[in-house]
Amino acid sequence: QVEQVKLLDRFSASNKSLTGTLYLTATHLLFIDSSQRETWILHHHIAAVEKLPLTTSGCPLVIQCKNFRIVHFVVPRERDCHDIYNSLLQLSRTAKYEELYAFSYNPKQNESEQVKGWQLIDLAEEYKRMGVPNANWQLSDANRDYKICETYPRELYVPRTASKPIIVGSSKFRSKGRFPVLSYYHKNKEAAICRCSQPLSGFSARCLEDEHMLQAISKANPSNRYMYVMDTRPKLNAMANRAAGKGYENEDNYSNIRFQFVGIENIHVMRSSLQKLLEVSGTKGLSVNDFLSGLENSGWLRHIKAVLDAAVFLVKAIAVESASVLVHCSDGWDRTSQVCSLGALLLDSYYRTIKGFMVLIEKDWISFGHKFSDRCCQLDGDPKEISPVFTQFLESVWNLTEQFPQAFEYNEAFLLQIHEHVHSCQFGNFLGNCQKEREELKLKEKTYSLWPFLLDEQKKYQNPLYNPDFSPELTLLEPNTVSFNFKFWRNMYHQFDRSMHPRQSVFNLIMNLSEQNKQLEEDIKELEAKIKRRSGQSDAVLVKEHQQSAHPAPMALKTSPSFKEQPLIPMNDAVRTIEGSNTADNRYSELVEEFSKAEPAVVSLEYGVARMTC
Amino acid sequence: MEFAELIKTPRADNVVLHRPFYLAVEGTLCLTGHHLIFSSRRQDNAEELWLLHSNIDSIEKRFVGSLGTIIIKCKDLRIIQLDIPGMEECLNIASSIEALSTLDSVTLMYPFFYRPMFEIVEDGWRSFLPDQEFELLSSVTDEWRLSCINKEFSVCPSYPPVVIVPKSIDDEALRKVAMFRHGSRFPVLSYYHKKNGMVMMRSSQPLTGTNGRRCKEDEKLINATLRPGKRGYIIDTRSLNVAQQARAKGGGFEQEAHYPQWRRIHKCIERFNILQESLIKLVEACNDQSHNMDRWLSKLEASNWLTHIKEILTAACLAAQCIDREGASVLVHGTEGTDSTLQVTSLAQIILDPRCRTIRGFESLVVREWLQAGHPFQQRCAQSAYSNSKQKWEAPVFLLFLDCVWQILRQFPCSFEFNEQFLIMLFEHTYASQFGTFLGNNENERSKLKLPQKTMSLWSWVNRSEELSKFQNPLFEANSLVIWPSVAPQSLQLWEGVFLRWNRPSKFLDEAHEEMISIIKYNKELQAKVNALRRQLAEMETDDRMQENL
Repeated sequence: QVEQVKLLDRFSASNKSLTGTLYLTATHLLFIDSSQRETWILHHHIAAVEKLPLTTSGCPLVIQCKNFRIVHFVVPRERDCHDIYNSLLQLSRTAKYEELYAFSYNPKQNESEQVKGWQLIDLAEEYKRMGVPNANWQLSDANRDYKICETYPRELYVPRTASKPIIVGSSKFRSKGRFPVLSYYHKNKEAAICRCSQPLSGFSARCLEDEHMLQAISKANPSNRYMYVMDTRPKLNAMANRAAGKGYENEDNYSNIRFQFVGIENIHVMRSSLQKLLEVSGTKGLSVNDFLSGLENSGWLRHIKAVLDAAVFLVKAIAVESASVLVHCSDGWDRTSQVCSLGALLLDSYYRTIKGFMVLIEKDWISFGHKFSDRCCQLDGDPKEISPVFTQFLESVWNLTEQFPQAFEYNEAFLLQIHEHVHSCQFGNFLGNCQKEREELKLKEKTYSLWPFLLDEQKKYQNPLYNPDFSPELTLLEPNTVSFNFKFWRNMYHQFDRSMHPRQSVFNLIMNLSEQNKQLEEDIKELEAKIKRRSGQSDAVLVKEHQQSAHPAPMALKTSPSFKEQPLIPMNDAVRTIEGSNTADNRYSELVEEFSKAEPAVVSLEYGVARMTC
Repeated sequence: MEFAELIKTPRADNVVLHRPFYLAVEGTLCLTGHHLIFSSRRQDNAEELWLLHSNIDSIEKRFVGSLGTIIIKCKDLRIIQLDIPGMEECLNIASSIEALSTLDSVTLMYPFFYRPMFEIVEDGWRSFLPDQEFELLSSVTDEWRLSCINKEFSVCPSYPPVVIVPKSIDDEALRKVAMFRHGSRFPVLSYYHKKNGMVMMRSSQPLTGTNGRRCKEDEKLINATLRPGKRGYIIDTRSLNVAQQARAKGGGFEQEAHYPQWRRIHKCIERFNILQESLIKLVEACNDQSHNMDRWLSKLEASNWLTHIKEILTAACLAAQCIDREGASVLVHGTEGTDSTLQVTSLAQIILDPRCRTIRGFESLVVREWLQAGHPFQQRCAQSAYSNSKQKWEAPVFLLFLDCVWQILRQFPCSFEFNEQFLIMLFEHTYASQFGTFLGNNENERSKLKLPQKTMSLWSWVNRSEELSKFQNPLFEANSLVIWPSVAPQSLQLWEGVFLRWNRPSKFLDEAHEEMISIIKYNKELQAKVNALRRQLAEMETDDRMQENL
């Protein structure tokens, strides 16, 4: 506990600050300002801590979080600052999975609830929904013991004509053994999205089994003989890989394939792109032109567009040509996951529901071994493995929700909350790099699943404008990927910088209204019933005369304005200075907290912990 | 002059109209004195397009064989293409359009010919008279008076006949001050902040020249607006450098020595051709769909449009801050006081005064701070983003103001009675209109043109309930507070409703908007019903009790 700590506003030119007390708990960093407002920061969320040179007012400490929160404290005594710095460094770097928050987090669920929570998303059920197994596709038990590919799930769907020797042979010809398997099956078109890693073709190597495998995939599609093979890497990168014995498919060796590069950059480019973006957006007193040129130089939106363009290419192949598509990149767990999941999202409206989106993430990201642990730096590891691949996926989805405001059951808050928990290590879902690792960690026994918690509070994540019948005849979304349609995602990168948000949110208002409408409908039913009863009664009264003399005072009159008291709109706009850093903002701050607070139940629980430790 | 002389081919058949995101339509093209009319022949889905010639910014002709193509670029930024069979017809039509869209004389403009098809409930020319405004003011303070010094536009040609000035300054002094200010635009009241009695005044630059001329009356006038012992701020909308250079041409700025109670702040807002070029570049960038991301962002940056938005908003916030936060009076001026000055004073009022966020209040603001204040609409809006000719008076000054209002509206979507459509409508009417409201450059010209007698006011049309309903913001809840917008680049956005309006299909966004409105409507219905039922229930209960008491 350190008192008299100042929390500086990140964008205020005049260095406005709040004074309060800083607490360190086992799991969180807590700052309580003089007006008793609390700022909670999970240690796992801390990406970097930096001690700046001593100033007259104290020792500045800057904490950067993975959810793009940046806090700037000034600690009066250097000793304290140093202690906090060291503690945070230790606390934010975890060496073992077992030390992560998820293993100590206890949401007061009993065992059966915990088990049920983990059963909420059932991928076998999902493949059944898609229409597999069927005449052309079957469940393969080849990887039941993770013998063929460690980073794939146990259950994999492959063409019926792909025999085990073909699978084994093909997997030996693919990087990390990630042979072509089904990711999504389009029932109406009978076309499939398949995924794999790059072939180990080098300059001239061939593999008959792999060629058979691809042929099996194209044959599994009765509506179109040829299939597309999408290499999501830039051509140059793929060619460079050949020197290392890897590479891409030679069109001459495979029959009926159309090969296509789509040019999404690798994880290192993405990491530095985000770094640049954050540098720009975090600049104090930024000019419009510096912002725009910074945005351009970061390349971030270019990458988002590339990802979405690739998904659009995939969707066209399936929806227009009824052709199956095989997607890969290098190892087939980053770009491939992005493109496969976005493609499915565009093709199938189920993935635009709350439950469906969870399924999509479980399928294309978690089960197929996107390396969440490495990419999100859950454990102290190789910084070169960190990359915002999943963040880009969420941002692409957000861009789609902006273009199709009625097509998604979920809202922006849902995407932000998922992003929050991908990094929080509070739930077991995203821990580890693949299913095998998760099983070894016994996550289903020792941790909880995020999804039931999100479903419990799904009211917060519902899009009030959602129209399930949106584009009814074809559930396909055809986004326009003209450059000007891509915008900087302010609510992601400045989620915690209140001053930059609109002071009144149309979205929240509409959400409240549609919530209120439901309540009003109930009220009307109730009132009508009461009136009906009463008119029955009053008839009775007429007959039987004053039978119920002791009726309580006019209840209705007293309760009638109750519906007006419900908060309608954040109407009381507080004043704000030009930098927009007035701390007196009232309603707005409440809304923001509602929006961003990680988990209210936990916070109040943690509050006890905080009190105890300090 | 007869329009017929300019129309050699009044009608052409089998013309094909191309618009982005619509299927091409075949139909008949007709030219009249003021309109280009295209009507499709399809019985099932007859379509008509009426385009005012004055809305046409530029046209291009192209020929492939005997098929001529005219590309028409409008001031509202729309681009349409007409394929006209027959080379001669095409050439005739093109030259007619060119002539008709660039008529010199104001009195030939459509507003002088337009006869309204609607019933006039309220004459818009009389809706916002200065006397009414002054009445409101005198109910809260008696420190100001209405001066008729400019009755015949004899003192200042670009001011209205009556202006509001400090009570303690007589007309004689005003005349002297007028001599000391550029274009005779002496300081007048722009806004009175009821909350603390602080005021915002506007004027043009003082004519100090290189030898530092001074004018005692000018000093007295602006000091008259200060409370004892209080200081005020002069916001000069030019950079210090530009203001200093202006001295060489006889202009200048207030010297500290002569205005000791005032602190001068320079806020650079760009003018004229720089703004016009910015608009041209922005529209060019928005119209090219083939740009890759880097090119789009660099073109958006190079246009500088959002930089201008930020500059203007920042200056307006500063003025509002001085008044509301510092409790100081403010004088705003640039050079002439007809452009950037008005942007600042009008936006500051939107921030400070909840009345300006209502439809009626906003109209009144446009009338007071733009029309009566002498913003030269006719010069500024003669051409828009597609003009090839270099005319130096055009500038999207008012459009920038509307864009800034839109930015604030985006940030406070529930605090405005009007919606985005209202702002877009005003943008369209400043460039081409059937109404006389935005003709002329100042009240003097308008009265000479006898606009109130000879043309219809835009406000007569807008302020009818049928029209108003289109412009009302369903989210509006009166908000009496000062609203401070964020001017961070991350908070400013491209005004898609204007600049991308013709460049992308908006079906899904429109549908979502309708859904939103229906949720709000439904909510109101439900509330009304609940109220009615509760009342009914309460009445039943009272009846019961009365019976009991019997």
